[in-house]
Amino acid sequence: MPKVTIDGQMIEVPDGTTILQAARMIGGPIVPPAMCYYSSLKTSGGYCRTCIVKVSKGSEKDPRPMPKPVASCRTTVMDGMEVQNITSPEVVEARKGVVEFLLLNHPLDCPICDQAGECHLQDLAYEHGLSKTRYEFERRTFEKIDIGEKIKLHMTRCILCYRCVKVADQVTNKRVHGVMNRGDVAEISTYIQHAVDNDFSGNMIDVCPVGALTDRTFRFQSRIWNVNPMDAHRDCKTCSGKVTLWMKGNDVARVSARKDKYGEVIDWICNDCRFEKKDAHDWQMDGPTNIERHSVISQNHYSLKEPAHKPLLNTLYTAPADRQLNSNN
Amino acid sequence: MGKKLLLQHDHVPGIHSYEVYRKHGGYASVEKAMKQLSAEAVVEEIKKSGLRGRGGAGFPTGMKWSFLAKPPGVPRYLVCNADESEPGTFKDRYLMERHPHLLIEGMITSSFALGANTSYIYIRGEYFYVSRILEKAIEEAYANGWLGKNILGTGYDLDLYVQVGAGAYICGEETALLESLEGKRGNPRIKPPFPAIAGLYGCPTVVNNVETIAAVVPIVTMGGDEYAKIGIGKSTGTKLISASGHINKPGVYEIELGVPVEEFIYSEEYCGGIKNGKQLKAVVAGGSSVPILPAHLILKTVNGEPRLMSYESLSDGGFATGTMLGSGGFIVMDEDTSIVKNLWNFTRFYHHESCGQCSPCREGTGWMEKILHRILHGHGKISDIDLLWDIQGKIEGKTICPLGDAAAWPVAAAIRHFRSEFEEYVKNPGSIQDVKHYYRLNNLTEA
Amino acid sequence: MNNIRFSDESLALVQKMIQRYPEGRQKSALIPMLHVAQAEFDGWLAPEVMDYIASLLNIQPVEVYEVASFYSMFNLKPVGKCVIEVCRTSSCWLLGAEDVIRHLENKLSVKVGGTTTDGMFTLKSVECLGSCGTAPMMQVGADYYENLTLPKVDQLVEKFRHDGKRKCYTDQPENVTI
Ligand SMILES: Cc1cc2nc3c(=O)[nH]c(=O)nc-3n(C[C@H](O)[C@H](O)[C@H](O)COP(=O)(O)O)c2cc1C
Ligand code: SF4
Ligand code: SF4
Ligand code: FES
Ligand code: FES
Repeated sequence: MPKVTIDGQMIEVPDGTTILQAARMIGGPIVPPAMCYYSSLKTSGGYCRTCIVKVSKGSEKDPRPMPKPVASCRTTVMDGMEVQNITSPEVVEARKGVVEFLLLNHPLDCPICDQAGECHLQDLAYEHGLSKTRYEFERRTFEKIDIGEKIKLHMTRCILCYRCVKVADQVTNKRVHGVMNRGDVAEISTYIQHAVDNDFSGNMIDVCPVGALTDRTFRFQSRIWNVNPMDAHRDCKTCSGKVTLWMKGNDVARVSARKDKYGEVIDWICNDCRFEKKDAHDWQMDGPTNIERHSVISQNHYSLKEPAHKPLLNTLYTAPADRQLNSNN
Repeated sequence: MGKKLLLQHDHVPGIHSYEVYRKHGGYASVEKAMKQLSAEAVVEEIKKSGLRGRGGAGFPTGMKWSFLAKPPGVPRYLVCNADESEPGTFKDRYLMERHPHLLIEGMITSSFALGANTSYIYIRGEYFYVSRILEKAIEEAYANGWLGKNILGTGYDLDLYVQVGAGAYICGEETALLESLEGKRGNPRIKPPFPAIAGLYGCPTVVNNVETIAAVVPIVTMGGDEYAKIGIGKSTGTKLISASGHINKPGVYEIELGVPVEEFIYSEEYCGGIKNGKQLKAVVAGGSSVPILPAHLILKTVNGEPRLMSYESLSDGGFATGTMLGSGGFIVMDEDTSIVKNLWNFTRFYHHESCGQCSPCREGTGWMEKILHRILHGHGKISDIDLLWDIQGKIEGKTICPLGDAAAWPVAAAIRHFRSEFEEYVKNPGSIQDVKHYYRLNNLTEA
Repeated sequence: MNNIRFSDESLALVQKMIQRYPEGRQKSALIPMLHVAQAEFDGWLAPEVMDYIASLLNIQPVEVYEVASFYSMFNLKPVGKCVIEVCRTSSCWLLGAEDVIRHLENKLSVKVGGTTTDGMFTLKSVECLGSCGTAPMMQVGADYYENLTLPKVDQLVEKFRHDGKRKCYTDQPENVTI
């Protein structure tokens, strides 16, 4: 079993473990942020570049450092490897760059976005970003489209992490959406309005790290901090039936899969559980969801009741003078 | 006159046809490889020759070939990279159009050496007509027993196909090329695994440039040691240079590696000097991706030694004062050229060609283009120059494939060597009125 | 356009293409097939055409859209009979590509990307076509037109207009004998 040292902490891991997985085994602040990698999706990762780290020693056998930063989610650990993440100023600086790129064309419409409060991009910007953007041009925009009856796509918010495409390929039985065009006009789309109507298509919503794919059946249009997450289950023939209910008072505002502390879905759930069971009586309650993930919800950057987004946004982004902060273009 | 190996029969009429090609010694390398040598011995000759990849990176071909995994029962593939889309590069087209059989012969000999029974030539879609020329040559090769089953009675089988692309510079990157060949979007793969282990259809694959494969022919025919005597130092053999821009005689030249840059630009044998008697301002020596150098640094190294057309000499001084041989796309700019506008043109190119998979390249290329556009139109700020510098640094080395680097390097080099010109655009937008006409150099109104 | 079907000749060609690849790798034929389709179905790839290709290869339509929209040679909207593609990169640009483009814009009364009202011409600007030594240049269908001057461009436009034919990448080239 290879041993790897990350930011001075050594761990022994099974063969084939990636640097990111090894870091997650160690835990704490040395875990690189990951916006596109998803452990349960094959071939995920490598795209966003937020997880880059420096390999200062390749391995015991070949101690040469790697010439460029590597994506920790796609780089396998070698015995004797030494990795620098937050202890490398270069990495921290490079990551700031990546965050800036990811936010470059992002609409910054957090105040009106369903995902606010559980958006990984928001977390990322808060923890690893620059204090303001240096981008002074019109942001790229796309029209909102419906992908089938239940899912809305706000392409403008998408960071092209490819997770939803991989869910469609690997979790549903037929992929009808994908990435069209290329470069900075690449977009998730169905090209013509095909419905995404598979038993498991709703999981695309849960893997989306931002608010690009949202649940059209989300009731009351609540902000996430106005609802309480509860673990619940039901007998389901199609899936495990283990879910998180987002409760507003005694009403089910939304159903999602349960997630681990890195925000990854533990068990895929079916569309029936997700979209059709909006009555509390459909469910057996297991108790409040333990939000331990690295998130603004748990870190009290937001209180669960009071939206505290204004000051956060003001420090994060200085909107160009001619633009409204929450305008959607 | 330098030695010619690839274009030695360039003036022979009808050399593109099988009969004429054969009459001039064509397909001798296949005979030699299969009858006198073995597959391993051919690889050995390539190693001895010191041949380096002609597609841009200059990786030793023999070494690449010896990395090819050979698990039993798994097919291996040779794929020829004929995507040729690096701005300023047109040598592969020249070679394929005029000497199609040289490439076919190289493919057969190389496939034999690598143990590939199916090989593909992936050619950019815009070269559709060239693909027809190749297809005809392949037909002739089949008809004469050089392709198909049991070639020369050796029991070795080979099928060779031409695959056309459809317009995407990124498909020149070898893993994007393989994706495209598999019928997908040209998104570069995340490495490892490298193609030598898992390439086309997950099988071990070698990807080589057209010129690299063509060079296999003279190497096998003359022997690796003989080939290694040509050229200079570790830059062995000959190289096709695509010369374009403000020169009197643009075109494809086969040079013996080691020719002085000054001779290449000014002698009648090659570029014939700068057009209209103008002064040389700058050169992009190896295709648009390599750093631009001002006249004094392209003609002489920083130590005052004459700069030579070789891998080592062109990169002497690193990126601070040197550049790269790259694909051999030699773009010459005269004194009237606007470096800022030229850089904008290149940056627009990379922005347009980014596949969009990874965020630094997807977002950064467009951002740089917009800033350059603003500077060009007189709305720039001095801080924009530093911003550009910072952005290119945040792209370089942080992307999935080297297109990110290719987009970053030209920006860095232009600012490094021509910063004052950028400042002039910012401080004195009025001068842009004249600059706007810099690029209208040709009197295109004359027939 | 509901009964999209290749001509027998194209169908035979396409069947042959599919056989170039190992069993189970027929998707490799997608790009060559799209070229044939674009040539046969009016120079562009309508959604119905892409769906038809998907059915021939037994793949999901979205896989075809993804590929078709990635590559710049595939038109996803109708185009004129002659698509004039002028190189706008490095050496062509240094030697007057912008003049050529502007001249064509004026002559045809269209902007880059546009199609003339009579449906005859679409003007495009494209990236380096590997003909930089004979700059400036343009491509129309299978053919390269090099060392352009404005009078030469005028002559060519007249010639295309006179021919009145659709030009495709898959045509036999006129400038080169094979
Ligand atoms: C963005 C990009 C574009 C490239 N374009 C080409 C090309 O058009 N032709 C080519 O031979 N190599 C190209 N390459 C290099 C190939 O990835 C690969 O290194 C080459 O085909 C290997 O062949 P060689 O060793 O014979 O040079 C490109 C690389 C990158 C990163
Ligand atoms: S829609 Fe969401 S999941 Fe899909 S690629 Fe965009 S950001 Fe990723
Ligand atoms: S560097 Fe650019 S071209 Fe290469 S994979 Fe990333 S986005 Fe695509
Ligand atoms: S998480 Fe590793 S590159 Fe995105
Ligand atoms: S720059 Fe126009 S063909 Fe290369």
